[in-house]
Amino acid sequence: MEFAFTDEQAMIAETVQAFFKDNATSERTRAAMEADGIDRELWTAFCTELGLAGVGLPEDFGGAGLGMVEFAIVAEAAGAQVAALPLLGLATAARAIAAGGSEEQKAQWLPRLVSGETIAASQGIHGLTVAGNTLTGDVQFVPHGASADLFVFIGDDGAWIVRKDMPGVSAISHTTMDQTRPLATVSLAGVEAEPLADAAAARHALQAGAWICLAAEALGGAQETLDRTVAYSLERVQFGRQIGSYQAYKHRLADMMVDIEQARSAVYWAACAVDEGSDEAQLALHSAKSFCADTYFMCAGNMIQLHGGIGFTWEHDTHLFFKRARSILSMYGNGDWHREQVAALIMGEAA
Amino acid sequence: MKLGFSQAEEEFRAECADWLQSQLNGDFADIKGLPGMNSMIERRKDWEQRLAENRWSVIGWPEEWGGRNATIAQQVIFAEEYARAGGPNRANHIGVELAGPTILAFGTEEQKAKFLPGIANGTQIWCQGYSEPNAGSDLANVRTKARLEGDEWVVNGQKVWTSLAHYSDWIFVVARSEEGSKGPKGLTFLMMDMHQPGVEVRPIKQINGDAEFNETFFEDARCPADSLIGTPGDGWRVAMGLLAFERGVSTLGQQMGFRNELDAIIEAAKANGLAKDAIVRQRIAKAEIGLRLMRYGALRMLSNADTAQIDGAALTYKIQWATWRRDLGELAMDVLGQAGEIAEGEEYEWSALPNMFLFGRSDTIYGGTNQIQRNIIAERGLGLPREPRGDK
Repeated sequence: MEFAFTDEQAMIAETVQAFFKDNATSERTRAAMEADGIDRELWTAFCTELGLAGVGLPEDFGGAGLGMVEFAIVAEAAGAQVAALPLLGLATAARAIAAGGSEEQKAQWLPRLVSGETIAASQGIHGLTVAGNTLTGDVQFVPHGASADLFVFIGDDGAWIVRKDMPGVSAISHTTMDQTRPLATVSLAGVEAEPLADAAAARHALQAGAWICLAAEALGGAQETLDRTVAYSLERVQFGRQIGSYQAYKHRLADMMVDIEQARSAVYWAACAVDEGSDEAQLALHSAKSFCADTYFMCAGNMIQLHGGIGFTWEHDTHLFFKRARSILSMYGNGDWHREQVAALIMGEAA
Repeated sequence: MKLGFSQAEEEFRAECADWLQSQLNGDFADIKGLPGMNSMIERRKDWEQRLAENRWSVIGWPEEWGGRNATIAQQVIFAEEYARAGGPNRANHIGVELAGPTILAFGTEEQKAKFLPGIANGTQIWCQGYSEPNAGSDLANVRTKARLEGDEWVVNGQKVWTSLAHYSDWIFVVARSEEGSKGPKGLTFLMMDMHQPGVEVRPIKQINGDAEFNETFFEDARCPADSLIGTPGDGWRVAMGLLAFERGVSTLGQQMGFRNELDAIIEAAKANGLAKDAIVRQRIAKAEIGLRLMRYGALRMLSNADTAQIDGAALTYKIQWATWRRDLGELAMDVLGQAGEIAEGEEYEWSALPNMFLFGRSDTIYGGTNQIQRNIIAERGLGLPREPRGDK
């Protein structure tokens, strides 16, 4: 029974938390939001100086080894500061290539993804015209899609690598509610995509990477909203008392903590289950994505309410958390869909 | 970080499971899966003795007092296998989980020799005299009085919500021993014999028609002067130490019971077609997720050697399970529909799920209401200021 961080894991957590706290500042994140939603200096430092971009990826191809528990620790710390980074693209594309790519594909792409030289994005494809490996149509809602050099697209019939510079590929960036992760529409006009060797393995790895990344970001974000709101409620005085001494405040903050502690169990249960190849892995992944996204949104909403008027302003960072939380709810399957998967696992299909 | 147990721990699990299943499918099949706390008390005492003969009754205790010095992991495994095998609610759970550990931690050698064997083998059943009509969540408001007369304490007052007092042999009582003292000062922690003149127990009929709780009245009831734990006036510290024993390993066994309740709801939904209903599926999935997160939350708390790191998190468990189970009761009734409104026999007797729905309303009250739990989490877990108090 060792469901607690090892010394090495605790050290990684301390390192990444300090890194994002020091570097993913509000000013820098807001500057990135004005541009394409990526703090490039931060991304380069994360990939090259911190050396943790390769966590959970094979060492033969420039990865750092380790597993999803360590990756979750990283994503949790990045999410806590709403860092403007293409981490989700790395979590999905690199993992899909590592799991489903040929040796050549791995050798060609993994070192460049891990070094930060290539920025990746992923999405499931629906309604595209697929003829062999020729893809035609629009892929919607691709996170950081306008900035990516490389796409991994997953459909029912296969999984493909598409390079931004391939003939027939274009991307339009949208103004997105969460400006730290803008969405793009990627148009494919008869693109000769490069198939991944094992599409099923790629899909599985991509989904696990996405769900753990988002759940861990949500956990980190939720904890940060709680910490910041507690700090505010100790500092702000109304009617002659710190507002944190009022029961109406305390009970909401306590409810946040109750759900956050469950979210923490959910993230690390899912990450461990994937690393150990447990039978419970699918159940744990669906549980973690749905529970953590709900928790983050509840906490971020409370953060606004408990900050009062200042919490509704553009100047305050509350809205960064709130918008990130809202976007996580919708990404890679909403809560209802994930819970339906849980229901199917424990009681069979609906119909 | 790992989910699983070691090879040696899995071997221990097999040993527990084999023994428990052989007993509960053999000599003790009549009390396998027995619901509630109130029925077949004599058979459940026999069961405590059988457990004790094989050193399974108090496995976390030191060997000299009948235990196995079991590790936390072994205690977790035993609790899980006990529930999985359909072990009945432990007749003496207050003795085993609260009184015994308190005596082990704070008692004298004489007190250990006097009380621990009877607790370990279930021949002396214990109950807990904390709450009073005016001191429920506000335990420091205790008014039951104890005064020293010669070589005896004389106790007068009333306790309430005393679980299982009607078949208990001993009670531990928090009483005010210093005239005029207020709050947590001047309280003394006494161990008293229930079978004496001046102790009267009146069962309280509950909303489910059952009566596990009681009022307990003390009128010049007595115990020897050395029946106290700690020192006179030191009762608050002992009582708080005892509450700390309440959270821990037993939660894993409790969750096996929850598992059975959720499975029964899933079976009912499959039987009446609601298992295909999208909204019911969402609610069952939420319940399933909540149950899993309780398990991994408990394992996280118990795995972490650095208690400072998890103390705050551990405070969240009571409100988590109590709220989850209250919601489970509501889900059960929605799945059963009107079938859940009909009692089992001619009396006001309920089958497991409707009974759980009714009983679940107490889960969010006893042991500190959800509201008190939120205050505790906010003040101790998050460091928020205390609410100003009316009496200061």
